[in-house]
Amino acid sequence: MILVSIFLVLLFQGAASAAPSALGPPEGFRALDTPNDGGKSLSVVWNRSADERPERKIQVWMAASQGDFKKVAEFPSNSRYIKPGDFPWWSEPAAKGNHYAKIASSQAFPIEDGRSYAVKLVIREGDQESSSDVSHAVSEPNWFNTAQVNNLVFVLAFTAVLLASIRAARLNPLVYLRRIAGLDAVEEAIGRSTEMGRPILYLTGSGDMGDVPTIAATVILGEVAKKVAHYDTTLKIPHRDPIVMAVCQEIVKEAYIEAGRPDAYKEDCNFFITSDQFSYTAAVDGIMLREKPAANFFMGSYYAESLLLTETGAGTGAIQIAGTDSDHQLPFFVTTCDYTLIGEELYAASAYLSREPVLVGTLRGQDFGKAFIMAVLVFGTALATLGVVMQTEMVHYALDLFKDFK
Amino acid sequence: MPAHLIPTEALFGAWVAVGLTLFIFSFLYKDNPLFKIGEHLYVGISVGYTVVIVWYTVFIRLVWEEIKKGNYEPVIPVIIGLLILTRFIPKIAWLSRIAFAFVVGFGSGVAIPRTISSYILKQIEDTVNPLVTMGSGSFFQLANPQSGMNTVVVLIGVVSVLFYFFFSIEHTGAANTIARTGIYFLMIGFGAAFGYTVMSRMSLLIGRFRDLQTYAGGEYAYATAVLLSATIVTLALWEILGRRGTRLE
Repeated sequence: MILVSIFLVLLFQGAASAAPSALGPPEGFRALDTPNDGGKSLSVVWNRSADERPERKIQVWMAASQGDFKKVAEFPSNSRYIKPGDFPWWSEPAAKGNHYAKIASSQAFPIEDGRSYAVKLVIREGDQESSSDVSHAVSEPNWFNTAQVNNLVFVLAFTAVLLASIRAARLNPLVYLRRIAGLDAVEEAIGRSTEMGRPILYLTGSGDMGDVPTIAATVILGEVAKKVAHYDTTLKIPHRDPIVMAVCQEIVKEAYIEAGRPDAYKEDCNFFITSDQFSYTAAVDGIMLREKPAANFFMGSYYAESLLLTETGAGTGAIQIAGTDSDHQLPFFVTTCDYTLIGEELYAASAYLSREPVLVGTLRGQDFGKAFIMAVLVFGTALATLGVVMQTEMVHYALDLFKDFK
Repeated sequence: MPAHLIPTEALFGAWVAVGLTLFIFSFLYKDNPLFKIGEHLYVGISVGYTVVIVWYTVFIRLVWEEIKKGNYEPVIPVIIGLLILTRFIPKIAWLSRIAFAFVVGFGSGVAIPRTISSYILKQIEDTVNPLVTMGSGSFFQLANPQSGMNTVVVLIGVVSVLFYFFFSIEHTGAANTIARTGIYFLMIGFGAAFGYTVMSRMSLLIGRFRDLQTYAGGEYAYATAVLLSATIVTLALWEILGRRGTRLE
């Protein structure tokens, strides 16, 4: 009898715990302007509670200041948690583990910037319903993305290191730079073209002036043009971007003036072909076959045209020097060119060729930056491992500093 | 029109497509007049097409229609663009430098934070992983990207490749070993990229051959067979005339 009583008591207790608990309003609810966005959206945050489950739904209702409430979103109550990596610790809308949902402007409910909206959360499960207090928020675009403060700190820190390195290089110009075979060959290529009486072909790639490899390619062009001016060889630079062409015209002209040969400068050494990728490639291939340049330079960023260009150049017997950070095209350059500047070597090239303290100092500063990144990788891995072993989230205070947040 | 015949414009398009494909493929033999026809047509049409696209999408849609609506903001970039054209007038050619300064300055300003974001922070984020994972998965479970073994391989690869790109220290002794390791990682990466890209190029080639096969049928008036024969005959004649020294270039 006693056993039966105990069994019944346990049975009823179990049934009571399985039944849905009474719905209370969500705690810690507030509406806010979505942080670090371009406007036209609001966000809501609320605290995590113990009895969240898929059957229990959270609805977001919104109203313009004078309008009726309208349902704009619905999701299970056990979703939309703030996880490590979603927000940096210095820019979290709420503590990790709590809820966060972004409500963007839509055709069904447009959100205008500068206008106040009333927002409330409704929790529903079966026939039960509970509503939060109404919170008000105004959407506005943000001028400053606080989630990317670490990016700004990196820029400022690297700038400081670069400026210090440039200053050091000015005081001591004899900074060691390791040999790069491809750059040693530049002089050889120009000399060979001069001896053979054939032109030099220089391509600045497929990028525009907003691409860093294109900027590097134009800087190297200046150094190559100076040497070409000394040797009085013909330089041909076909372009597929008119802005890059105009910049290159200025650079080559300056190079000839610096070399003391302004009379040798020809305005038409830079010429535009077309902005279309493969018709440009076909035209450059034609130039290679008909004018048979003795040296081909492929600097900048490249896409699928890389192999078509370099294979044709190799077929004409030209000495070929390529330099790009387009990682998918590097294998083709490595296989078809005599020398290839891989990635960062392209950026080092201008410093190596000119030996100007500013560029050499910049290169040395970049090395300090790389050493710092290597240290972060090693210590970061150790720290992340420690975090897992010790089951602590404290390590994220350090690791978040080196994450890319949008 | 009989049901089995295709429209004239489609037939014409098929012949043009087959002809230009064969003309460009003739480059595999050597530079020749047919390739030159294909090349010059390609360049000319692409320039004409680009001019029309830029005229309608940039000037008409983004500038002219906006000004007609009373929005005068596009006037600023138009003025900056017009400054570039001052290069044709030597006396005021210096004005074009304002436009170039704007383009280069804006480009660098946009590129620097993007580069830090994509090439530094994102790279660090994806490389820094714990060597042990709680729950399922062992250290040596290579199929799991989060396994400790993969983390170690990625870490060694990134650090050694990064070390290879040190320019201001001599690569001798231990430094040389690390740099050599970096080179091996680079070459493995290049090999994988090479194979992957060659495979995708093969699919493009197959696509061209499929087109040639499609247009070889009777409904397209045997375009492939006729134009292939014509191409071969033309190349043979051009070669014979060349050997006799009477070829016209």
